[in-house]
This record gives sequence, C-alpha cells and structure tokens, in this order.
Amino acid sequence: MTVTKEESGQEGADDNGDMSGDGDGYVPSRRRIEREAFKRARTRRATAIAALSTLVTGVVLYLVVVNAPGWPRTRETFFNGQYAREAFPKVLEGLWLNVRLLLVCGVAVLVLGMLIAIARTLRGPVFFPLRVLAAAYTDFFRGLPLIINLMIVVLGVPALRLQGVTVDPVLLGGTALTLTYSAYVAEVFRAGIESVHPSQRAAARSLGLTNRQALRYVVLPQAVRRQVPPLLNDLVSLQKDTGLVSIGGAIDAVRAADIIVGRSLNYTPYIVAGLVFVALTIPMTRFTDWVTARMDRQRAQGGAI
Amino acid sequence: MSDAPVLRMESVRKTFGGTVVLRDVGLEVAPHTVTALIGASGSGKSTLLRCANLLEEIDDGAIWLDDEEITDPRVDQDAVRRRIGVVFQAYNLFPHMTVLDNITLAPRRVDGVSRGEAEERARELLERLGLGGKAGEYPDRLSGGQQQRVAIVRALAVRPRLLLFDEITAALDPELVGEVLTVVRDLKDDGMTMVLATHEMGFARDVADQVCFLDSGVVLERGTAEQIFGDPQEERTRRFLKRIVEAGRL
Repeated sequence: MTVTKEESGQEGADDNGDMSGDGDGYVPSRRRIEREAFKRARTRRATAIAALSTLVTGVVLYLVVVNAPGWPRTRETFFNGQYAREAFPKVLEGLWLNVRLLLVCGVAVLVLGMLIAIARTLRGPVFFPLRVLAAAYTDFFRGLPLIINLMIVVLGVPALRLQGVTVDPVLLGGTALTLTYSAYVAEVFRAGIESVHPSQRAAARSLGLTNRQALRYVVLPQAVRRQVPPLLNDLVSLQKDTGLVSIGGAIDAVRAADIIVGRSLNYTPYIVAGLVFVALTIPMTRFTDWVTARMDRQRAQGGAI
Repeated sequence: MSDAPVLRMESVRKTFGGTVVLRDVGLEVAPHTVTALIGASGSGKSTLLRCANLLEEIDDGAIWLDDEEITDPRVDQDAVRRRIGVVFQAYNLFPHMTVLDNITLAPRRVDGVSRGEAEERARELLERLGLGGKAGEYPDRLSGGQQQRVAIVRALAVRPRLLLFDEITAALDPELVGEVLTVVRDLKDDGMTMVLATHEMGFARDVADQVCFLDSGVVLERGTAEQIFGDPQEERTRRFLKRIVEAGRL
C-alpha cells in the first residue's frame, strides 16, 4: 500500500507537493521524507560552498588590488569621490542622448534589417540583383569595424561639404550605427525565416495564398517570435555602442565624461560613465533572459513548434 | 459519371536531380468520386499530389482541372491552388495561430470574406467535424487526430473543387485513425471529389471508387477497388498486396 502511494507523490516532491495529502488519505512514506531531508541538506551544503568561494575570491581580489604598488595613485585617478560627484549629473544628462539614439536607431535597425533579410530570401531570377545587393551589404557592414564606419560617416560626410546634407554628429553617428547593426539584425531575421519549415509555406500556398501573403501571415510571425532573444541581445549591444558617437563630438554620456577628464586629468568620470551604461544595460539583459526563459517554457509545454 | 473529369493528368514526368519520380503518369478523376493512390513508399504518390496542386513544377506532360490546363505557364497558379485543397501527412497547421485563425486565414486574405462571415462558416465546419469547442485553442494543445481534422476544415474553408489527401493518417496513433477516416467518408457522402494517397488499404477498399497502383513512377494498374484488391492483373500489384496482407494491414 505504502509503495503505490509513494509513486504517486513523486512528481510533487520538488514543489513541496501534496505532503499533507489531497483528501485521498495520502500519507508520505518514510522513504519520501528521508529522501527530501537529504535533498534539503544537499542544497544547503551547495549554497554554503558557493557563498564561501565567492567571499574568498572577493577578498583575494581586493587584497591583490589594494596591495598593488600603484594602488594609492590609481585610486586617486580613477576612484575619486569628488570628481565622481561632479561628473555624475553631466554624464546622466549626456546619457539621455544615448537613450534617444537607442530608441531611434533600434527602430530603424529593425525595419532595415527586416527588409534586407526579406531581400535575401526572395527567390526567382528577377530578384537576383536585389539578393546580391543585400548579401554584399551584410558581408560588408558585418566586416567593417564599427569605429571605422563611424569615422568615415561622421568625419567623412561633412568633409564632402554637400549642400543640404547634415553635418550633425548625432544624426551621422546614428546613421553609422544603423548601417552596421542592420547588417547583424538582417542575419538574425534571415536565420529565423529559414528556420521555419518549408511545409509551412507549402501549406499556405496550397490554400491559395500568394508568396507574399505566405511570408507575411505564416513565415514572418513565426520567424520573428523565434528570434526575439537574439534580437534583444543585439539591442543591448547597440545600447552600449551608442557611446561611440562621442568620437564625432556629440555630447553623450561618454563625451560628457571626456570633457571633465580633459580639464581635470582625472579618469574618475570614465568610471562613472561606464557604470551608468552597465546600469542601463542590466534591466535590458534581465528582460532578455526573462523573455528567453518564458519562450523556452512555452516551447517545452507546447511540444512541437 | 459521364461528366468531364475534375482532374486529368497526361504523360506527367517529374524528376528531382537525376531521380525520376514520375515517369509517365496518366490519371482521370471523375466528379464526386474518390480515387485512392496506393503503392510502396517512394512510388511517387505524394509527388503526384504535389504536382497536381502545382507545389511542384512538372518536367513534361500536362494536367487539367475542369478542362483548364493548369500546367500552362500563363495560368494564375495561386488561383488554381485556391480551387484545390490539400491535407498533409504532418497536418502543417500554423502553430502561431488559433484553430479559428488557421481556418479563416485563406478565406479572409485570399477571397476577401469578412471576418464575421469567415468565422461563422469555420465554426459551422468545426461543429460538423466534432471540434466545436476547439476554435480558440492553439494547434499544439490538440491531439493528432484533432489537428488533422482541423487541417481538413482549413482545406474545406476555401470551398475547393477537389481535395487532395497526402497520407493523412500516417502520422496518427492507431486509435486516432478512425476519427479522421470517418470525416473522409462523410465528405464522400457529401459528394466531394477526392484523391488520397494512402497506406490504409482497408479504407481504400471501402471508400474508393477508383484505385491506382503506382510503381516506379507509372500508374501500373487502375480499376475499381474490387478489381485491384480482388483480382489484380499485374504481378507487381499482387506482390505489393501480398506484402500488405502479410504485414496484417489488410
């Protein structure tokens, strides 16, 4: 009798299931109680070990840094409280520019990336030039270092002195970011489109949908859904790379820090700017993790997707 | 059955790379009849259906739908596909849409039917196939048999002239096969013209007006169910059916 009962209680064991019974007179067996006591002890032991090793590592790192011969000087140059206080509001003010850049470039990147991805997956000889162009675009801009792209666009375009073309470093910097990131995002979208099984397209076409309708209603929705985690990852990356527009002179968080450094010859503002970026990125990264985990769970529940 | 055939194929040839899948296929499907395609795996049954629906382009020969040559390159292929419904072995439902959206997608987007009207008809069909409560579910919440019935409803929703069934019970657990075959029987009673590629020989014998045995890319033998199953003329047909009987599938 006890043996059969015990089996039925097995799956509830982890979430403290029906130890008290569901009114069916179930009483946990001694075997189950012992097993769970052992599991709890094991978890406690593992947590203790993890905490201890973290502490030890932290202390060792601290001692190594603090006892370094140049530490007093480094602390003065990089971790100066007075400069930190002075830099913080200015950096924050500059950060607003980074946030706006992220929003505008993010949208532009998603739209452009999607168009390029679609161009790359078009079939038929008519679209050959478009396909080649899209492939050349992604190859080129994924290979070109972002910093060089930025310098070419932000410094090169104004040098042309074209009538009616902006010389605003923010607009030009944003353009450069969009160019590079669209190439990455296009590849993410393309991978998504190609991951949708051909039978889905066949089913759509068999219903009389045109190629375009099949893409729009059947293939793309599935592709985009699957690619949300890698897309968010690229957006996190874009978020911190908005700091690079400072090379054109736009006053963003990095440039704001730069100005104070130039005046004071103290590097603390850079540390402040760096931490501000990290602080901005963390919620985004956590959000990415959350979305990924949620989608994995749904997939696990839904079975075949 | 003196009416013009709904589907007619003549000397159809289809190769993939160097492999000849259909060598010289001829077929006539009269209105309101059921044609069963039988034959070993790889004999070309599925390819024949995919060619009939223009999902594959044929190399040679011609196919007519209601006396219109649909293999003519000037024909609007999307319009042709709209008149032919297909149900696939693996259901191929759209996983990101509810059952209702799966069914109403084509009527709404292709035929321009209003949402209300499309949904009303979809619910009606679902009800008829015993899926009344499933309209709001996503496909992965349904059993294989239910999914396949939804796929049939989806194909019916565009009011096709002809239905093609590609091994629609091959992916189902044995106890779910019956519920799908019942639907096919009901459709036959309604006068639907159907072509089915199948391994369910017993079912083919019961329901088919015409049985075609495919072998190495040709229709080797055709006739009524009694002729093919009772008195096959070709040696290869006899051998095939013997293997089926030995496997306990007939």
